[in-house]
Amino acid sequence: MAKTVEVKIKRQASTKDSPRWETFQLPYKDGGNVIALLMEIRRNPVTSDGKPTTTVVWDCSCLEEVCGACSMIINGDARQACSALVDALKHPITLEPLSKFPVIKDLMVDRIALFENLKKVKAWIPIDGTYPAGPGPRMAERDRSWAYDISRCMSCGCCMEACPKYNECSSFMGAAIIAQVRLFNTHPTGEMNKEERLDALMGPGGVAGCSNAQNCEKVCPKKLPLVKSIAEINRAINIHALKRLLFN
Amino acid sequence: MAKSKFHAIIVGGGLAGLMAAIKIAEAGANVSLFSLVDAKRSHSVCAQGGVNAAVNTKGEGDSPWIHFQETIYGGDFLANQPPVKGMCEEGPNLIYLLDRMGVMFNRTPEGFLQVEMRGGGTKYSRGLFAGATTGQQMLYALDEQVRRFEASGLVNRYEGWEFISIVKDDQGVCRGITAMNLRGDATAQSFPADVVILATGGCGSLFGKATASHICNGSAASAVYQQGAIYANGEFIQVHPTAIPGDDKCRLISESLRGGGGRVWTYKEGKKWYFLEEWYPAYKNLVPRDVASRAIHKVCREMGLGIDGSDMVYLDVTHIPAADLDRLFGGALEIYEKFAGEDPRKVPMKVFPAVHYSMGGLWVDYEQRTNIPGLMAIGECDYQYHGANRLGANALLSCLYAGFISGPVAIRYANGLEKKSNELNPGIFASEAKRRQEINQKIMSPRGKENPFQIQSELSDWMWENVTVVRHNDKLKKTDEKLLELLDRFDRMDIADESVWANQSLSLARQLYNMIVLSRVITLGALNRNESRGVHYKPEFPKRDDENWLKTTKAQWSPGGPIFSYEDVDVSLFKPRERRYDKEFKEEK
Ligand SMILES: Cc1cc2nc3c(=O)[nH]c(=O)nc-3n(C[C@H](O)[C@H](O)[C@H](O)COP(=O)(O)OP(=O)(O)OC[C@H]3O[C@@H](n4cnc5c(N)ncnc54)[C@H](O)[C@@H]3O)c2cc1C
Repeated sequence: MAKTVEVKIKRQASTKDSPRWETFQLPYKDGGNVIALLMEIRRNPVTSDGKPTTTVVWDCSCLEEVCGACSMIINGDARQACSALVDALKHPITLEPLSKFPVIKDLMVDRIALFENLKKVKAWIPIDGTYPAGPGPRMAERDRSWAYDISRCMSCGCCMEACPKYNECSSFMGAAIIAQVRLFNTHPTGEMNKEERLDALMGPGGVAGCSNAQNCEKVCPKKLPLVKSIAEINRAINIHALKRLLFN
Repeated sequence: MAKSKFHAIIVGGGLAGLMAAIKIAEAGANVSLFSLVDAKRSHSVCAQGGVNAAVNTKGEGDSPWIHFQETIYGGDFLANQPPVKGMCEEGPNLIYLLDRMGVMFNRTPEGFLQVEMRGGGTKYSRGLFAGATTGQQMLYALDEQVRRFEASGLVNRYEGWEFISIVKDDQGVCRGITAMNLRGDATAQSFPADVVILATGGCGSLFGKATASHICNGSAASAVYQQGAIYANGEFIQVHPTAIPGDDKCRLISESLRGGGGRVWTYKEGKKWYFLEEWYPAYKNLVPRDVASRAIHKVCREMGLGIDGSDMVYLDVTHIPAADLDRLFGGALEIYEKFAGEDPRKVPMKVFPAVHYSMGGLWVDYEQRTNIPGLMAIGECDYQYHGANRLGANALLSCLYAGFISGPVAIRYANGLEKKSNELNPGIFASEAKRRQEINQKIMSPRGKENPFQIQSELSDWMWENVTVVRHNDKLKKTDEKLLELLDRFDRMDIADESVWANQSLSLARQLYNMIVLSRVITLGALNRNESRGVHYKPEFPKRDDENWLKTTKAQWSPGGPIFSYEDVDVSLFKPRERRYDKEFKEEK
């Protein structure tokens, strides 16, 4: 008999419905990833006991781990489905939606909170306009290089999924957001408004919510220096608070 | 939302769409931004290599004028020249703007913008880059600026929404769109707008082997084509020579690796054979993509010299010190490691060609306006800047440029409207939404046993086999017959999901129809064009034929299939000459 792969998927018809599990038996293909398995189900939506079912819904876009769309829980770990190679996974493979975000359908979740938080901390360089003003500020390659590392954050949500303090009972914004503040506060132009961003991280949901579990960095698919970024921002906030105390 | 004089809709949150959104919001007008995925997950993230602009950091004598000529030459003279000149001239300013927005472009030791030889078809260091994720970094910077306008109430995002059609008034003017929410109730709804800009990207994933994101299938462009917009040069589909095979998609191995010293070879009579270096001594491994893809095709398919008889050859960087590799190409190598499971620093990569880019797209004038008043097109979904073949690292520039110039044109147009769209009879919006919802309903109710994803697989296999690197008229004819068969089977589909909630199968099925229609434009356009030019290569007609074919293909929809007409190319600035890469290119003064 041809080699097959068993996949168990936690499914949910809509935000309001309750979840259920379905098992699929799929043909094995050399070098395939979890996305290829999900695509196979779409072409033939039948469960392992031969029952026709609806096609499984999930998010994906670039399929090369730079867009952050296809985050899900694979065998218990939050990660990108495109870079989860079947050969490297324990079988049967289980797929679940991220648990810290509302499920829309099956493996698709609503990560709007993440983008709203980026807005709260003003994660941008406030340029004055698109008129020609010559090149931006010079920057040492040394600084550019680590700032680039942080700027590769693809808002995938894995760090939030893994964080014990990111949950329904707290407004903690999560490591990705804090790292972005560090990025923009490092850029020579962004630095001019660094206080605004630090202010946004001083209140509820801010950096004080971190319990230093350090799970974020462990699960980050891009290996961003999240722990160091949180520590740096913590320090910057202490200085900022002290200055405010002294000079206000 | 703050109130402004008019309201623009932009469909597409890639580089082009976001740039247009910034230009319009900056002028104080309201923008609604529609995108299938969160804008920052758009396909533009995939661009690894770099972006061209003749900044001449290294004092090599590069200039926008040379950049212009190389682009035209690389495109085998099929691009209208004035817009390309405009793009090359604006290049440095656009890069400076992105630099000011905080893109972490690599720097020289003094902290200036670093440049390197990145794309093929040039001998100048013209490529700027941000690590190995230039497109991602530029997309993020624009997305952040748009978020800023969102915070100030000027931009409203509809992320996770699918554009279905435009709404036209009695005069045939575009007055808005219909769309559906893929993260909720997927019922077709209408949205009025005074001007609509389509920035929906390319159509690479029509083809079985493609480097494009999953979502790049040309469906939106096909939808407006079916509503009367002209589609131009559809037959010009670029195949990238070096990709890693994959079942879900092919991953690109960036051209910058060849720019940085990577060598392509295969075994011949037991010895390493560097065929590009032998055949093209002037450019060697840096020949443009079409030339390299054809060479690999010839080596594998005609000479049977692919690795172990397969369609693959080696791309080798093992002679470059690992530290240099990591510094310059870390991201690209990481992709190979991650998806092929081998370390390219130690073993040569196995690569093969895959569809990469569509030079063709919606026909636009020099100000990005389609032939439908009120509808503009920008980015990879327009046809304007790359002629018959695109040079590496020029696409990102063309997206930025088209987005940049489209904003002011849209503003001028909308301000000049006699009647704003919200002053029109609301009936035109309701009836278009109703018509589209009826189609949705029809698709959702099972009418047979055909599976849409299966039809898509067949479509993409046929297109890949017959409408890519080497084209034969008999095979093109057969492909069109197959496409008609697929259209027929479309009517006997069961999409296996009848719920209206977040129905991705409905979305794919809708798109599938558009994909097949667009595939006919590409296939028949290729069948008609009896010459070889740029990426379009027919062994039966191996020469470029300027007398008959120095012309833009224009396809117009009709119920019986595309109707083709041809328009002269504007070659007013740089006289056509033979394009060859065995000798060095000399620019005109
Ligand atoms: C692997 C790869 C690497 C590349 N590398 C380079 C490079 O190094 N340099 C270079 O210059 N070029 C490169 N290119 C080409 C370049 O990336 C693309 O041409 C460019 O990013 C296209 O940008 P865009 O704004 O036109 O569209 P995209 O970034 O593709 O965005 C399209 C947008 O439209 C939306 N959309 C599509 N359809 C609909 C619909 N029906 N309804 C609603 N929204 C819709 C999508 O959600 C998305 O937001 C590369 C391409 C590939 C495939």
